[in-house]
Amino acid sequence: MTGKRTSLLLPNKNLTRRTALKGMGAAAGLMAAPGFVRYSQAQSSEPIRIGFQAHRTGIGAAYGRWYERVTTAAAQAINDAGGINGRPLEIVTEDDGTDPKRGAEVVEKFANQHKTDVVFGTLFSHVVVGSAPAAGELKMPYYVVSEGYHVASGSLNRYVFQPGITDVKAQVRAVGPWIAENVGKKITLVYPDYAFGHDHRDKFPERFEAAGGTVVGLVPIPPTETSFTRYFPQIPSDTEVIYHVMVGPGVLTFVKELGEFYGSSGPKLFGFIDSLEAVDINSPGLEFLDGSYFWEGMPRYLQPDASDAVKAYRAAVGIDDNGASVNDPKDVSTSAHMFGCWETLYIIKEAMEAAGYQGPADRAKLVEATEALTEFPEGPEHPQGLKVFSPMIHQSFGQQYISQVSGGKLNVVHTTSIEDGMYEPEADYTSMPL
Amino acid sequence: MAFGPYLFLATLEGLVMAAVLALTALGLSLVFGVMRVVNVAHGEFFMLGAVLAWAVATTVSGHPALGFLAALVVSPLIVGAVALVSERLVLRRVNYNPEATIVATIGILYILQQLALTFYGPEARPVVAPFDYRIRFPWFGYSAYKLSIVAASALVLAATWFLLARTRIGLVMRATQFDAETATAFGIPVDRVYAGVFAFGAMLAAVAAVLIVPIQQAHYLMGHDPLLLSFIVVIIGGLGSLRGTIVAALLIGLSDGIISVFFSPTLAKIIATMAVALVLVFRPQGLFGVAAR
Amino acid sequence: MNAFAAIDRRALALHLAVIAVLFVLQFVLPAYHHGIMARILVLAVFAMGYNLLFGYTGLLSLGHAMFFSAGLYGAGLSVYHLDWSVPAAFGAGLAGGLVLSAAVGFLALRTTGVAFLIVTMMFGQVAYLFTLYFTDWTRGEEGLTLPQAARVLGPLDLTDPTTRYFAALVLFTIALFVTLALVRAPFGRVLVAIRENEERTRMLGYDTFRNKLGATIASGVICAASGAAYVLLFGYFGSSFAAVQYSILPLLWVLVGGAATTLGPLLGTILMFYLVDLSNDLLNSRFPDWDVSYLGIVGVALVLLILFFPKGLLGSVRDRWVRWLP
Repeated sequence: MTGKRTSLLLPNKNLTRRTALKGMGAAAGLMAAPGFVRYSQAQSSEPIRIGFQAHRTGIGAAYGRWYERVTTAAAQAINDAGGINGRPLEIVTEDDGTDPKRGAEVVEKFANQHKTDVVFGTLFSHVVVGSAPAAGELKMPYYVVSEGYHVASGSLNRYVFQPGITDVKAQVRAVGPWIAENVGKKITLVYPDYAFGHDHRDKFPERFEAAGGTVVGLVPIPPTETSFTRYFPQIPSDTEVIYHVMVGPGVLTFVKELGEFYGSSGPKLFGFIDSLEAVDINSPGLEFLDGSYFWEGMPRYLQPDASDAVKAYRAAVGIDDNGASVNDPKDVSTSAHMFGCWETLYIIKEAMEAAGYQGPADRAKLVEATEALTEFPEGPEHPQGLKVFSPMIHQSFGQQYISQVSGGKLNVVHTTSIEDGMYEPEADYTSMPL
Repeated sequence: MAFGPYLFLATLEGLVMAAVLALTALGLSLVFGVMRVVNVAHGEFFMLGAVLAWAVATTVSGHPALGFLAALVVSPLIVGAVALVSERLVLRRVNYNPEATIVATIGILYILQQLALTFYGPEARPVVAPFDYRIRFPWFGYSAYKLSIVAASALVLAATWFLLARTRIGLVMRATQFDAETATAFGIPVDRVYAGVFAFGAMLAAVAAVLIVPIQQAHYLMGHDPLLLSFIVVIIGGLGSLRGTIVAALLIGLSDGIISVFFSPTLAKIIATMAVALVLVFRPQGLFGVAAR
Repeated sequence: MNAFAAIDRRALALHLAVIAVLFVLQFVLPAYHHGIMARILVLAVFAMGYNLLFGYTGLLSLGHAMFFSAGLYGAGLSVYHLDWSVPAAFGAGLAGGLVLSAAVGFLALRTTGVAFLIVTMMFGQVAYLFTLYFTDWTRGEEGLTLPQAARVLGPLDLTDPTTRYFAALVLFTIALFVTLALVRAPFGRVLVAIRENEERTRMLGYDTFRNKLGATIASGVICAASGAAYVLLFGYFGSSFAAVQYSILPLLWVLVGGAATTLGPLLGTILMFYLVDLSNDLLNSRFPDWDVSYLGIVGVALVLLILFFPKGLLGSVRDRWVRWLP
């Protein structure tokens, strides 16, 4: 029960994340006091302020913790290397409670009280969509790390970007053909019965079927469910592969019940790691996953062929070879998504330097500068791999990892190409007014 | 899968759900029945029970059953103590005023969630079941532990019935429930009865949580659903009716399980919820028991 | 009769003063608090609608998120899918609230006490599930946004902070005086009588069912007005607003501010918002090393508050000092 406090320690230095921000935060609190009229003349040495919308409480808290750690590590790395345009980076964190209403309020707080230069870091789709109108109205560049299809669909506004992580549509398109060729041709999709699950249901079949596969069953699971066995009979008996994506704490039950239902004779499994993020793959009850396949945004376990950039990134954010905190092997990271925070901060840096960003008056210039970016090469700034940015839909495309569970680890068995996931832009943000 | 086995599985699942529901609702039924206060934090006592079960089970080494049994003893005791403290420090001081109690227990709910978040963390963690056996039916396999919950639930319900109906403690509780003022006049220390009932109700929630945590997981937000479902079971069953609680749990568990065979899942949830609500609309006093006051 | 008139004059003066203060506030509040106050005013309307049924009529509902959502979705969907203008969409939201509250009231009012609480909670759950079931139209939990261009009222741009604050204040003022008029009218007196003793009220010859139905519908429509205004002013609607938390929140706001007081809902909404907001500020600036979130601080604050103000802020103030407070 105890010991959780230590897990908040910054991995490689004996300095807590919050201590690092203490002085800055105190100053921010003072300056932001109600009635305190302020002006922000961008001094060349004044820090660039990044508003970080964090899921500290609510259903996203397990992700939020790691998003915060990675963000702190990336900010420190950027500052150690001289900051942005010679100015240091300062992260201002606000808890959004993983709630869309609070999310919008937090964006207003960043813009009007903390006077941050940009807002960044949101994961859960409903918080992104709920906050987007506020960002658009306040003309606040808003860089999300969500993997939702909301940005790329064109339904948000010109100020919202997702450059540091790929979206669901690209992910499911990329893995489709590989599943058909390597795991099985007849697939049943098990997914949550709401928008995120429907994106999987609607976007997956196209390329999977083009590669000779057939979707033989659809099993939506209502969001309030805590037990899943009763839905398993809906899985057709000729199913060769069960494709599962479940978000939420119920996933362990799901896998366990699947194991009890099928025993050793069931269909093969292909899952999205989302629901097993922050969960040890060797947890009791997950034995059934042995041999099954997972999509990973970035490998959790250190792979034998890992680049130096990957190793440096892992050391900086403080995860060991198993993808758990170096301070607590039970504290498993959300490795498949959190790299997006690291990469997005570097993209903000690149765009700000390209725009010659001075202060909030240059936010429109920053948006245009971000839209002028096209490619983020693999390296220390982008350890997950090369990304190709589509300015029209404000969305990056990148490679996906497919891993197999064996020997209590996730081993990468295939890396998709960027082209596997790409699709024609379905919107054009650049034509919208700034 | 053929229709017959499918229905069988749905029934089995409904039965397990009913057992779980009856178990979680039992503590709430007592608190609600005797004290007539809406304890919004009841679900958090359940959560605390599960989180403590994880803590105890991971501390005890050796066979999983040892850790589980230790949790079954330790977790309810701690939860009961926490409940007793909050009852003495807060609920008693607002005189069990129904409205003040709602705000006070929402406050306690926040505090307990914060404690879990700070000391346990935001992750979902499993507790190993005391035994791991898979029953092989011809069409599918099923967890023996899940079925054993049905038996455990029956056992706890029987014990509670015995306590309420056959012991002096039960008599005092029933007298307080029936009319607190008259009970005071007859020399029953109502104040202490309330404290005891509140702690005992929380302990029952913790016992339920320990039994359930091997098939679900401990998570700091897990108290939410059991709270709502428990309320429903308690009211449908009729206040203060143990028999009603069991019947209501069976009704909700089985209807939820079986309706899901015929309709798309979310629609099935809508229909099941609507059906249960309409039972209450047309029988406001619940299935058994007297009209809710 | 003179005594009544005097009470009313004092009460009227107080309410006018509150509106005047809220009007002046927009010129002095810093930008952030100005924007937040607009949100609070809209949500306070939700709390006032809730208060009408809970505080004055004594009916504890845990399903009011469905009335708020009826307005939210009624207005939001008609703008999003049908390109309706703001006034038409607002009307659609109100109509949604009217129909839903009439239907729910007709069924749920067959029950009383805790059974009413549970039935409304379950109807609320059904409404929440419907927002997910129709994900093809609503985008379920993810929700939808309304483009800025659609959120205009004639020449007025509702996304402009000044206009938005003014719109929220107008809605709040209307709701406040409607509530005040309702609770001061014979109808309101009957509701209070029902709360105090329904049996006796019935014996006096009042049709209590019809009066309670009237209260439910009035409450539902006011809550729907809040929901419709929320989506039109702030541009987002999603399932989370229909979840049970948004049924518990108005109850909490009302209880904290003072049930059965006309101004309590506003006070409670303001207090709860700033408890969360300032807790975060306090933790960020003073206790950055503590692994604590606003949950712990708000929890302790609520417990302390209820120990010292068991009837909510204004309820306790009325009991102790200002007896004439409406």
